[in-house]
Amino acid sequence: MGIRFVLFVNKQGQTRLAQYYEHLSIDERRALEGEIVRKCLARTDQQCSFVEHRNYKVVYRRYASLFFLVGVDNDENELAILEFIHLFVETMDRHFGNVCELDIMFHLEKVHFMLEEMVMNGCIVETSKQNILAPIQLMEKTS
Amino acid sequence: MAPTQPAPAPAPSLVDTLFQRSLGDLVKFLRADPSAAGESTAVARALSEIHREIRAPDAATKATALKKLTYLSSLHFAPVASHPLAFPAIELIASPFLPHKRLAYLAASLSLHPASLSLLPLATHQLHKDLSPSTSAAASHNVSSLALQLLASPAAAAAPDLAAHLAHDLVPHLSRGSPRAIAAAARVIAASPSAAVPILFKPLAACLALPDPRASTAAAAAFCELSAPPADAAPFLPLAPDLYNLLTTSRSNWALIKVLKVFGRLAPLESRLAARIVDPVCQLLARSAAMSLTFECIRTVLTALPAHDTAVCLAIGKAKEFLTAEDDPNLRYLGLLALGMLGPTYVSTVHEFRDVIAQSLGDADSNIRREALHLMMRMIDRNNIMGIAGMLVSHAVKSDPEFANDILGAVLAACGHNVYELVSDFDWYVSLLTDMARSLHCAQGDEIGRQLVDVGLRVQDARPELVHSSRTLLIDPALLANHLLCPVLSAAAWVSGEYVNFTKDPVELVEALLQPRTSLLPMSVRAVYIQAVFKVITFCCNSYVERLSDSSKEVAVGLNGLSIDETVSEGRKAPLLSSDEQITVPIGPLFECNEVEVLERARNLIGFVHLIREVQELKESKVYDDEKHSWVKELVKNMQTVFSQEIGPVSSNAQEKVSLPDYIVLNETLAELDDIVSEDDTTPSSSILFYPRSHGSIENRNEPALSLGSSSLLSEHRKRHGLYYLPTGKTEDEPVDYPHANDPLLPASNESSLDDKSNTAQPITCGKKLKALKSRPKVVKLDGEDFLSSMVPSANVPKEDSLSGAVRGVLLDRDLKPSSSQKASDRAYEGIVNKMETGGSSSQWKNNVDAELVGHPTSSSRPSIQPSHEKESTNPLESDGKEVKEPKRHRRSSRGGHHQGKHKHRERHSTQPDVPQAPIIQDFLL
Repeated sequence: MGIRFVLFVNKQGQTRLAQYYEHLSIDERRALEGEIVRKCLARTDQQCSFVEHRNYKVVYRRYASLFFLVGVDNDENELAILEFIHLFVETMDRHFGNVCELDIMFHLEKVHFMLEEMVMNGCIVETSKQNILAPIQLMEKTS
Repeated sequence: MAPTQPAPAPAPSLVDTLFQRSLGDLVKFLRADPSAAGESTAVARALSEIHREIRAPDAATKATALKKLTYLSSLHFAPVASHPLAFPAIELIASPFLPHKRLAYLAASLSLHPASLSLLPLATHQLHKDLSPSTSAAASHNVSSLALQLLASPAAAAAPDLAAHLAHDLVPHLSRGSPRAIAAAARVIAASPSAAVPILFKPLAACLALPDPRASTAAAAAFCELSAPPADAAPFLPLAPDLYNLLTTSRSNWALIKVLKVFGRLAPLESRLAARIVDPVCQLLARSAAMSLTFECIRTVLTALPAHDTAVCLAIGKAKEFLTAEDDPNLRYLGLLALGMLGPTYVSTVHEFRDVIAQSLGDADSNIRREALHLMMRMIDRNNIMGIAGMLVSHAVKSDPEFANDILGAVLAACGHNVYELVSDFDWYVSLLTDMARSLHCAQGDEIGRQLVDVGLRVQDARPELVHSSRTLLIDPALLANHLLCPVLSAAAWVSGEYVNFTKDPVELVEALLQPRTSLLPMSVRAVYIQAVFKVITFCCNSYVERLSDSSKEVAVGLNGLSIDETVSEGRKAPLLSSDEQITVPIGPLFECNEVEVLERARNLIGFVHLIREVQELKESKVYDDEKHSWVKELVKNMQTVFSQEIGPVSSNAQEKVSLPDYIVLNETLAELDDIVSEDDTTPSSSILFYPRSHGSIENRNEPALSLGSSSLLSEHRKRHGLYYLPTGKTEDEPVDYPHANDPLLPASNESSLDDKSNTAQPITCGKKLKALKSRPKVVKLDGEDFLSSMVPSANVPKEDSLSGAVRGVLLDRDLKPSSSQKASDRAYEGIVNKMETGGSSSQWKNNVDAELVGHPTSSSRPSIQPSHEKESTNPLESDGKEVKEPKRHRRSSRGGHHQGKHKHRERHSTQPDVPQAPIIQDFLL
């Protein structure tokens, strides 16, 4: 499985979104998030965006106050994952209009829906912003 | 944070519905009190609310509650999927209203886990319904995609039954080329291959050829995942034509990356495939503007197509661009990774980048630094080791503590690899070790200390420099306070004591060993220090006595002791004797010490000093007591003999080389134990007490394990209790091939080797000629042949140690044959010892040693050597021993993989003169 998990974490280390593509118990998740966040938040802009952690490689990117962390297999293509993160952020930007941390907090389920459209079973299945957003727009119309 | 489950909540009322808080309210409520305690109470309160609301009959209330629950479970680790809460989620899956349905599916896929899988069968029917295309076309697409989403979630992966039931429902979606169906199919196949492969594999493979790029991309990703390493890639070879087609025609980088990954796994399996894909890959490499794709091409070429030189050159050229990207640490890191993928045939290419790599050692990014270090270590060979290791050690001084220790550890491992294979100048290496010990953040004391001693034992020519370097370490009072350096100081003290004959100034050495700040050292190290003092004094006294006797021949007999003292020993002896105050004063307090090792050695030392002082007093009183004097002389000489026995390394394979005496039939004896053992195989059966002496708890502990030596029993035991066994990669052909949990050899390999050493210390064999390679000094490595022959003459060792006793017993029996002169009881005793120590355990022990080698490839192993010596054996005993061992060696080497070299035990042995055998006091590793 390419992508193992997707995490959004703010500068204070609070998790804002957590999606796992393999089952981890609550304790495992708590430990994992704590360790990874500590590792990634300590890094500076001059350092590369890849961190090896246990048997994962974490690819991360920072947008304003939010860190977007993606845990991948060791042989996953790091640069492609960076592109994926950027695509995800652009998609959210298009939907929310200048997306910020609060948008994600108050519309967590929508962000999850977008992620569901983009990634299934750890593989990227959809990269067109329009296709990603269509079902969400449809739902907004119906409700 | 996890709140306890609230007591059965009151039934939901209309009030709950009317005044329900939305998710937004909940988020605000949580943010109102950001402290951890406030947050957890808020979560607990919210959960109890949700618990009530979620059972409301009204779908909207339920959905909002579920939304809040999902939020809490995903971000606040609230335990959600417990039964009462997960059920409503599944209930809502059946809702006809899309947003509710979607929410329910999201909640299910996020929160269902193996513990709540009992619920999933409830959903099976609904999933089946949602997957079937009966519902109206537009909505059907959305609904089925939701079901597919759940199928692809980790929850479903844990429920192979569900996957198997729904596999048929996936087929129509697959034939339509839905990317979600493809991803879900991959998950289902992974979850229950036996049920799903016959149904889903073909339609999935067909998706690769679909014209829709989304479908083919998803299919490539699916196959990339299914062929990932733990799985076998071979079944995917038939897909090569479709994948090749995709490789040449697809314009999606996502798809190309995945296709390249699959080819990277397939190409090593089929050489024609590699030749086929080289061209398209090179074209992509040359043309693509996307760095991700470029890097994937580099990776594929370097790992899967190493035989295609032009492609590799192209890839290296691209990697160079990555390496030199000044402004992008990501590319620099990946460039280093790419260089690391280069096979051993391209080491020279890596050398071209040495400057860049060296520069990366100082990068701001720790990942880049680590990768650069890794590459540096790969570059090391015999010719450049001095340059690279020296550069790295000086770099370590400038680095942060963590990385400095990474560097030092890597250098130590590389230099010590395979008995210092790469080191040719040991004077340099010894001073490098000292420099490392002195470098600021050094936490590698254990390994440095071990290597200092090890080099001393193995490399005679390095000893003068070793003693010299040790002196600089010992006389520096600043080092004593650094507890990380204790093992180094301990080793330095031992080396100085053991090879005291190379010391220029013994008095200074004694002073250094007894300086007041040694009280900062831990007791175990102080014991070594005191023993070193003992050795130094013995040495000095002996050289004094020797001179005395020499000169007494020359000088007229009439001269009394004092004048001899004055004339002969201005240099060494006189100041030392005058300094026995210096010795007794710092040692004195140790008489109160609780540590027996220290106490005992302090007493030994003081006792010896007193004896010497007696001589001095005799002289001072000008009474020349000839008898007493010669008695002391004798004593000093004896002490010196004790210490002058050369201590050498012992092969870790030593035990294996002891062959089994004829009259012991192991299996028979053990067969009788069968029922005892099989009845209760976990607790040691106390009735099998072979060995009456309560010698060491370690040996005793190990007895039960050894007595179970029958391979069938072990394999049975292993089968039954496989959980408790360490995994070994080679159990098939040798069922007993596994390491013991509490084998004394593993943690204390050095000590036990030294024990052996007292028997076997010197390979004294006949003058085998050594082919000295260049000017490299001899490094003693061990060989079974010499080991055996050297043990025969040295067998007059007291049976102190059960192990050495056993080894000796076997050797005597084998070589001298059980003669009738041997006492029957003695023989019986040895037979038992042999049975238990050697026969029953030799193979196990060997395996333990192997396991140790496998586990710590660079640790204290003493294996392997220059191949040139095998043919040189002349001794009949040696050739005899070799015949016996030859088949075993072949067998092992044939499956040994890269450890092969270590198991060969040939030797380059030392040709030191025969030294009188005497018991040796081992101390330096206590």
